[in-house]
Formats: sequence, structure tokens, C-alpha cells
Amino acid sequence: MADSVTPIDIKSKKQEMLQFLNPDGTFVREDLPEISDDDLLELFRQIVRIRVLEDRMVKLQRQGRIGFYIGTNGEEVTHVCAAYALRDTDLIFPAYREVGPALYRGFPLQTFVDQLFGNADDNSKGRQMPNHHSGREFNLMSISSPVGTQIPQCTGSAWAAKIRGLDQVSLCFFGDGTSSEGDFHVGLNFAAVYKVPAIFVLRNNGWAISEPTTVQTATATFHVKAKAYGMPGIRVDGNDVYAMTKAVRDAAERARRGEGPTLIEAVTYRLGPHSTSDDPSKYRSQDEYDQHTHLEPLVRLRKLLQAKGLVTDESEKQIAETISTEIINAVNTAESKSRPSIDSMFEDVFADLTPSLKKQQAYARRFDT
Amino acid sequence: MPHMNIIQAINSGLNHAMEHDKSVVVMGEDIGRFGGVFRATLGLQERFGDDRVIDTPLSEGGIIGTAIGMALNGLKPVAEIQFSDFIFPAFDQIVNEAAKMRYRSGGEWTVPMVIRTPSGGGIRGGLYHSQSPETYFAHTPGLKVVMPSNPYDAKGLLLESIEDPDPVIFFEPKRVYRAAQGEVPDEAYRIPIGKASIVREGTDLTLVSWGAMVQEATKAAEQAAEQNINCEVIDLRSLVPWDVDTVIESVQKTGRAVIVYEAPRTLGFGTEIISQIMEDAFDSLEAPIARVTGYDTPFPYTLEHDYLPLANRILPAIIETATYA
Repeated sequence: MADSVTPIDIKSKKQEMLQFLNPDGTFVREDLPEISDDDLLELFRQIVRIRVLEDRMVKLQRQGRIGFYIGTNGEEVTHVCAAYALRDTDLIFPAYREVGPALYRGFPLQTFVDQLFGNADDNSKGRQMPNHHSGREFNLMSISSPVGTQIPQCTGSAWAAKIRGLDQVSLCFFGDGTSSEGDFHVGLNFAAVYKVPAIFVLRNNGWAISEPTTVQTATATFHVKAKAYGMPGIRVDGNDVYAMTKAVRDAAERARRGEGPTLIEAVTYRLGPHSTSDDPSKYRSQDEYDQHTHLEPLVRLRKLLQAKGLVTDESEKQIAETISTEIINAVNTAESKSRPSIDSMFEDVFADLTPSLKKQQAYARRFDT
Repeated sequence: MPHMNIIQAINSGLNHAMEHDKSVVVMGEDIGRFGGVFRATLGLQERFGDDRVIDTPLSEGGIIGTAIGMALNGLKPVAEIQFSDFIFPAFDQIVNEAAKMRYRSGGEWTVPMVIRTPSGGGIRGGLYHSQSPETYFAHTPGLKVVMPSNPYDAKGLLLESIEDPDPVIFFEPKRVYRAAQGEVPDEAYRIPIGKASIVREGTDLTLVSWGAMVQEATKAAEQAAEQNINCEVIDLRSLVPWDVDTVIESVQKTGRAVIVYEAPRTLGFGTEIISQIMEDAFDSLEAPIARVTGYDTPFPYTLEHDYLPLANRILPAIIETATYA
């Protein structure tokens, strides 16, 4: 399938990787998957939005206005294009680093920011750390912090679709580090044995906090692991909108045809820290970082779209300013909202409060300030 | 009315649930073609097909993880963990995922599923086929914990658990799987979770237990009656939520209490019951509350009947508590 060699294999080993778009915005090959100019522009717009959002939220965290933020700088294509290649009725199980599908599917920016603040209008009622959204209306699963738990759940969800006769695919994201978890093995094994319509997107961004991929696996790539489970594994340039879109589209078509799951290794690079609590200068070189800034997804998409005459510096600036204004408004609104009520702390443990929870709720009210 | 043991009652409940609700699926190791190592799922796969009665790969974490995914996407899985001693690879999925899904998503996503698992000792199972791990799960907000002691309750509580909108861990007392027998209606009925049953009425002392030890507590109560000590025996039937009112009312009447559980002594669920009695019925107490429990050791093989809090250990505790002045 792939006829190119990755320029961004961080271990510098030559590995086959599906790739269409060179870092300079030219094409590696001509048999491009269909993406209309409108769609290309929309994908570009989404990536710029995510960049600006991250930039503002990290600043907000530095100012102490939100507690924490997990960025996705440099990895946007892996998740934006996955959402683009699926139908909105397909279920997505994100980890905490994939904000793309939420924004792509129309999860309101205000609700997103309310969650970061954990205020009374956060749809998960201020219960989770930032970047742990839930979006049932958009077929987005609630996000967990322990890594990998969503993998067998994605398998189960796909299995349910198969049992119920739904034309629906379930897709989950996780990082290279997560492939070391038992849930990775379990989720892929169950999925392959029962041939469920699931897609597993492993974002190989080179680092799991401070641990490089060499600490996670003795194999040269991650996609080879699929073979042992009896499912196709494909390695793609995760910074290339064409490669990522094609990989997810093909996997979704296979799943819908009843041919079972696929593992996609999306090769990308974490340009930023693990989270706002992390400092990568302690464990990785500036050289390595510099190399990857030339390979990141926005640069090459910008070059392509500029060459096509779809984007100018001016129009990009406008996209950024529009989202920037939306963000400032959303942040101001979020900050003016009250915190969740004391009563709400006891809700949703179960569908109904147990007698014991009712007593504890009544007690807690006495200390409500 | 048919006469059944606990296994037959559970099988009857599963048959009913699968027949009347297409979203119910049953899954686990050896539960399909073979009908389960204890035969609780016998005949289900022939009747409902291998799409809904699923033999899974050998992975408890996988069974629970995928069952959660099924529950998130419109099914009601009833997952079997072959022995509760084997549940720990699934601990993260149960404690961090199933239990917290409704809460962490603000009620958007829920996990209506039942985890059936045989627990408790007395079947010559040694360390790894005998444990009573209910406290781990009762300590986790978001899980309901149920443990019937007899066939009638087993069927009624199982059907209620399957209808429950939240995850339920359903511990089955395997020591009395076949020994506990009784009349069980063929038709469906439900017993609410959180309602204890008073197995034996009495005025002198309250005996609280659950699961397989209810039978032992009842036996000890009968022996105590011969010495004119009239025990009230309460079968808790569920630990989360548990029926505080029934226990407190009984202790207010009797003034004395003995708690019996076979899990290790330290931090067994009985300690919570004792604490609640101290808070709510201290003025009624006429004696220290006693507990008769398993020991703080792994569950032994040869000495299992010495480990278990059987009637021979319960009776002296009853007499001591009843005669305390």
C-alpha cells in the first residue's frame, strides 16, 4: 500500500508509511483520496482553531485561571481527519488529547470552556479535570484519565452495534505509551476474535510524558502488533490529511462490510509538553524538536492550500481572529458563571440518590458557604 | 410452585430476562456451549443463540471492559466472572469506569450492566476459589452490591439487578448454590435492592448476615433458642445500598447485635454496620456489638471450615452478647 518512506520516524529506521503529502506541501504520489477543496479548507480551519484554542488555554493556565490543560500541538490531523472520515453517527472514544472530533462535530465552544472551568454549566457538572469532556449528543464518549480503558470499551461498543444490527463504527484513540497496557491487548484481541466494527487509532507521537517509544516496545513500529491479533495494521503519516483520511475511511469501509477491526498507527510528534504540568526540556533535545517543527501538519497543509489559492496569510489570520474572539467571549462568560451546587456533588453517583447519599447531602448543605 | 436451588433460580431468571428483553446479553468464560462451570447458564445459548450468549476469550478485564462498551451502546450485558477471586484483572474497569461513568459524564453516559460472580468459601477451593471480596466494591461509589442467600431472593434480585440503570455486582454464595433450596415461581418477580429480609423474628438479639453465612446464622439462632435466647436474623441481601432502617429498628428492639461475615475481619462490611449502629442506636445497646468473621489470613484450603464463621463459632458469640450485663 505505502510506497514512501517516512521522514519522521523518530528512531531513524526506514519504515513503510502511507503518505501523500510531503512536508513542503507537494505530493508524494498522485492517487489521492477524494477530499474536496471545501473540505480541505474546513480541515485547515479546524486545525487553526485548535492551535489558537490551545495557545489561549495554556496562557490561561499560566495565569492561574484554569488548573490544567492538555495540548495537541502538532497532532491535530490524527484526530480531526478521523472525525472527518467517519459519519457523525459513528461513536468516538477519545483519550484526553483529542479535542478535534468534538470541535469538528460541533461541540459548543462555550460548553468546552465551561468544562475547563468546571462551572455550573459544564455538562459534566465540574467533576473532571480539564480536557475530559463528554458529548453524548455528538456521539463522543466521556473521557477517562487512566490510559487505555477506552480500548475494550470501544470493542464492546462496536460489538453492540453488530449485535443490534446497527450500521455504525466505533473508533478509539490512544497514544503509543498506552499500547503497553493490558487493555490494548484485550481490546484488540476481543475485537478481532469477534470481528467487530472497531477502529483503533494509535497516535504515535514519540513520547509518553518523558518516555520515548523505545521504552514502550521492542518492535520497530506499532502497527506490526496488529498481525498477532489477526487484523490489518496500517502505518500512516499522521501529519498528512490525505493519508489519515484514507486510512480511517478504508478501515470504516472494512468495518461496515463486516470484515472486522483495523489498527492504525498514526505517526506524528508531540510538539508541546505532555500537559501544562510537564517540562520536556528535562528529557528531550532541542535538536529533535527543531527537526519535527518542519514536519508538522499545519505547515504542509498551509503550503498546499496556498499553492491551490485557497488560503492566504490574510485569510488564515482572519480564521485565527474569529476563533480568538469566540474564545475570549467564552472565557469571560465561563468565568462569570457560578460553581456547581453542593447538592450536585451527590447526583449521578446512581440514577437516584440512595438513602445514605441523601443523608450525606443534607449534612453537606450545612457547610455550604 | 417449582422447587429450585440457587443455580436453577438464576438460570430461570436469566431465561426470563433474555426472553423479554432483546437487549440482554450474557457473556463470560465457558458460559455458552458448556453452560457455565456451575451450570447457571445451561441451555441459554441453544435457546437465544451465540450472538447473545457469548463465550469470551479468557480475560476478566476484557469481559468487563467490552461489557461496559456494550452497555454504553444500548445493550444490557450480564457478565459472568467465573470465580470472584478472578475479578481483579477487571478491577480498574469496574472501579474506575463502570462505577464512575454516570458521574463523570454528568449523567450523559450510563452503564446498566450486571456482573454475576460466585463468591465465598467452603467448597474446597483454597486461596483462589473461595474469597469474599465484597468490601472492595462496596467501598466504590457508583456500584450496587447484591448478595442473595437463597433461590427465591436470587431470582428476584437478579431480575431487579438487570432492570437497574446502574452497574450491579451480584455475588452468588457458591457454598449454598445447590444446598439452599426452596419454592421459586416460574414467572418473573423483582425484589428491590436495599431491602433486607427478616429471616427469623426475635426479641433478645439481632443477628445480621448476608450470602452463605445467613444459613449458618439461622442455624446458630435455632440452637440459641434451645437456651431461651430468641434471636432476630436479618439477611441484608444487598450491601450497597444496605437497609439501615431494618437493622436499626431491630437493634432498638433487642439492644444487642452480632454481625456475621466470612470475609477477612479487618474492614469487612460488618464494621460499617457496627459503626452505623453506634451512630443511630447507641442508647438502645445493652452489650458491645460482636462480630464473627473470617480471619485476616488468605483463605486456607485444608482448614477452610476452621476459617469460616460457622454456627459453632456464632453460638458462643450469641450467648456472650445475650448474657452480657
